Amino acid sequence: MLARRIIPCLDVKDGKVVKGVKFRNHEIIGDIVPLAQRYAEEGADELVFYDITASSDQRVVDKSWVTRIAQVIDIPFCVAGGIKTVEQAGYILEMGADKISVNSPALADPELITRLHDTYGQQCVVVGIDSYYNEETGVYQVHQYTGDESRTQVTTWQTADWVKEVQQRGAGEIVLNCMNQDGVRQGYDIAQLAAIRKACKVPLIASGGAGELVHFKDVFEQADVDGALAASVFHKGIIPIQDLKAYLRAQKIAIRD
Amino acid sequence: MAQNIVIVNTGCANISSVKFAVERLGVKVEVSDKLDIIKSADKVFLPGVGSANAAMASIEQKQLIKTIQGLTQPVLGICLGMQLMVEKSAESLTGSTPCLNLIPGEVKRMQVGDLRLPHMGWNTVTPVDETSLFKGIPTGTYFYFVHSFAVDISEFTLASCQYGMNFSAALHKDNFFGVQFHPERSSDAGAQLLKNFIEL
Repeated sequence: MLARRIIPCLDVKDGKVVKGVKFRNHEIIGDIVPLAQRYAEEGADELVFYDITASSDQRVVDKSWVTRIAQVIDIPFCVAGGIKTVEQAGYILEMGADKISVNSPALADPELITRLHDTYGQQCVVVGIDSYYNEETGVYQVHQYTGDESRTQVTTWQTADWVKEVQQRGAGEIVLNCMNQDGVRQGYDIAQLAAIRKACKVPLIASGGAGELVHFKDVFEQADVDGALAASVFHKGIIPIQDLKAYLRAQKIAIRD
Repeated sequence: MAQNIVIVNTGCANISSVKFAVERLGVKVEVSDKLDIIKSADKVFLPGVGSANAAMASIEQKQLIKTIQGLTQPVLGICLGMQLMVEKSAESLTGSTPCLNLIPGEVKRMQVGDLRLPHMGWNTVTPVDETSLFKGIPTGTYFYFVHSFAVDISEFTLASCQYGMNFSAALHKDNFFGVQFHPERSSDAGAQLLKNFIEL
């Protein structure tokens, strides 16, 4: 049976792994390669490296660390952040990444998704979506440039519509980051993820809010997501990956040994 | 015994990860699209990601079709590389892409009902027997898959997998082996399979 995936996300800034609360106040967690290696050994099913500064700083970021990761890691990994062109994506894939994830640049130019799909195939095109629940309007809206608070903006896209659009353009997987929950460890946004699940025919990865073991159980059982992404609970050792996987197996959720 | 291991440079994107995975076993490996280097190898890897039509076009453009078809040493196709080993693929702009015709069979789009495509993630594999490529790899071992097209079960199926349907996780005929999953991204089980292939 296809296993549900546990995916540590490593936010990368200037070659270091960092983590902020609600996208702010980034603190350094450690070096990329040893952290990635540790997660792979502990049983992570996949890794996401998210270069949080790249997209909003409008600069070309040194991605040579991708090769260093590919040399030592024997599980799949995805690189996100600052990929604006087919050439940049190709460069990262050639260095050994399995997938590339686009977010803000895809909002600026949705055709980018189509071109990535046509050039490298659906299997390596991930679209990241930062979705914010506006309590006043009761609407989930897609935000752009969330890596930089001063540039973050609300787009005209409602989340469900953007989810449909990116699938039509050839996304192979969607990572839905529920911004209201990000970094506060109060649980995944089950209501939103379950709603998006209905509109999502490609693998859907939940992101934002993991704080306890039961949050992972809930998001798999109640939102039927294919994978659960988390950062701080893994970086800070709040939830050891082995413990999480043993717990989920005991809950009869399909998890890789 | 130092072997001469060659990865065919199909022009696809997962060549680095296959190369690094072989190197992690402590084995030297060369990436090449030169006919004589491929012919003289002890073992040949045929990697691939992307679409069948683009990959076959690249192989044809490099004039590698006859060379690959004429190989007598063990050859391992990985993911799209495996799919290229059969007769034809439905992944095509024209309806059907002719493939290398090394193993009988055809590639079809997966029919998985309400399940999601691509079939992406870790799934359990059932080898026909625990010999050759699957030595020491028992039924129920997880491997990493990413694909939307697959080859049906046949007498050439070396291992099967289930995702809304049963399909070939691995194929074998004569010196040609293929795996639908990514051993280079399948942790210890993948390393074992690559080691088995190199030790064939």
